[in-house]
Amino acid sequence: MTSLAPAPARPGSDERLAARHPVARLLRRPEMGALVAALAIFTYFSLATNAFLSPAGAATWLYSASLFGIMAVAVAMLMIGGEFDLSAGAMTGTTGLLVGAFTTQYGMNLWFAMLLALVIALAVGAANGFLVVKTGIPSFIVTLATFFILQGVNLAGTKLITGQVAIQGMTLVPDFAAGKAIFGSTIPVLGLDLKVSIFWWIGITALASWLLLRTRYGNWIFAIGGQLQSAVQTGVPVRRTRIGLFMGTAAAGWLVGMLSLFDVATVQATTGIGQEFVYIICAVVGGCLLTGGYGSAIGAALGALIYGMILQGIVFAQWDNNWLKAFLGGMLLLAVLVNLSVRRQAGVRA
Amino acid sequence: MSGANPAAAILAVRGIGKVYGSVIALTDISTSVSAGEVLCVLGDNGAGKSTLLKVLAGVHPHSTGELLLDGEAVRFDGPRQALDAGIATVHQDLAIVPLMPVWRNFFLGAELSAGRGPFSRLKVAEMRAHTSEQLARMGIDLRDVDQPIGTLSGGERQSVAIARAIYFGARVVILDEPTSALGVKQAGVVLRYVAQARDRGLAVVFVTHNPHHAYPVGDRFLVLNRGASLGEFDKAGISIAELTRLMAGGAELDTLAREIERG
Repeated sequence: MTSLAPAPARPGSDERLAARHPVARLLRRPEMGALVAALAIFTYFSLATNAFLSPAGAATWLYSASLFGIMAVAVAMLMIGGEFDLSAGAMTGTTGLLVGAFTTQYGMNLWFAMLLALVIALAVGAANGFLVVKTGIPSFIVTLATFFILQGVNLAGTKLITGQVAIQGMTLVPDFAAGKAIFGSTIPVLGLDLKVSIFWWIGITALASWLLLRTRYGNWIFAIGGQLQSAVQTGVPVRRTRIGLFMGTAAAGWLVGMLSLFDVATVQATTGIGQEFVYIICAVVGGCLLTGGYGSAIGAALGALIYGMILQGIVFAQWDNNWLKAFLGGMLLLAVLVNLSVRRQAGVRA
Repeated sequence: MSGANPAAAILAVRGIGKVYGSVIALTDISTSVSAGEVLCVLGDNGAGKSTLLKVLAGVHPHSTGELLLDGEAVRFDGPRQALDAGIATVHQDLAIVPLMPVWRNFFLGAELSAGRGPFSRLKVAEMRAHTSEQLARMGIDLRDVDQPIGTLSGGERQSVAIARAIYFGARVVILDEPTSALGVKQAGVVLRYVAQARDRGLAVVFVTHNPHHAYPVGDRFLVLNRGASLGEFDKAGISIAELTRLMAGGAELDTLAREIERG
């Protein structure tokens, strides 16, 4: 028989909390703003255009969102750790170009070329991190330099090797089909022909969420971005963690580089340039504070989803493409204002 | 002067001194602290309180004299060594991250996790429960350990930082000006908490420039001035008025009072 006596309080609960509804708890999460915005934009374009909800249309904006989403999630982790990476966009080009050049120009084995490109990307990321940690120069400046270096090398190097501004002929490389199966295939789901990058995006977002919320590294990342000195005092391995975050964005750059390479079998030397700020905007729209210490991977993924929907929605609605930029700027400003109030609520007494 | 029994002391210094280059920051200080005792280190700015604290916390090694841990002479090469020996210091900035939940702050740098290598995961429920249990045991009544620690009051944050030090195995807790930034009520919260820690058998070193905060909770008072000891007193041996007068420089204060009156 069940007793009528009140159940003993769970450890960690408090009678003054009884009124807090699960919905109220959800509303405190950093990605809530982005979720509401994503639903609104989805509804708008679904009603305003016919193509948006069609199977082909949905697959298109999901694909767009996926490539930005993978980068935005990695950039969000870095931003939660209190840093920026402006070289993340150019890195997607660099890695694709490296694999293209290694295989088509020097006849290197495809898998080895990909591994080598990953190692180079990780080395560049580690160099970014090392410089920031060692010298204390703001990462904004360090990675701005890396961005220009990569941009220059991408263009000049490609021209030097191929005489053109793109690398082509990837389809002739042995094992290309196997690579395409992993990075460039299309998977039919419920009548939608979804690019495999969408599944990579979901996987990376899940992995990043788990890392941030359920591992020690996550705790350390929030602490480093929130209050570096406190992290040092409590014995957090600060240098290792920060360098690891820069290597994370570089690795994500490599993944996106591979996803684009195998999708179209061609790499433009300008790939990824100008996208570094889009990643940051996606992360901020998803709830990341520009000052670090707060944000979420799911939020950044939603930010990228919003970007993908607007990017393609504007095309479907047959508007002038340039409205995208204006829209993006407005979203960023709005998101920053919302995030500011979050910080006021939680951190003002610090 | 001193009523302490040095043999029972967890932490003691004997004739200790510290020299930074050509600056003599501390000379010939002797004191000790035992379990269940609060030693207050008092002094005005520049008296040498921070230097003594840094020597005890292992931040800077001492130049002369002896540092005794459980009666054995030791020399700390860093804060980590002092921490491992059970000497925890709660610095003025508290080493907290305002935007993070209370429980994540509580376990920061010493998270409980299960599993190995890349698959290890945080024991979230356990850490939450431990945090609220530890805080409740010390009389800190928190509504929600999931709230950002920045939303707590100054006294509560100070108390959480002390509770954290105790939970992670401290036998000696060194508090650096824990009440200096707080209002009267919040300072009271912290003092009550210091008393709790003492009652649980911890040795507490309470560094402060405020005799009104030190006197109610202290067992013994070491008064520093210009890097030297002005004496160590039992509570029975000194009144709060005398303590205040001694700290303020005694005769200097009388002169000051006369000057101000004339002006």
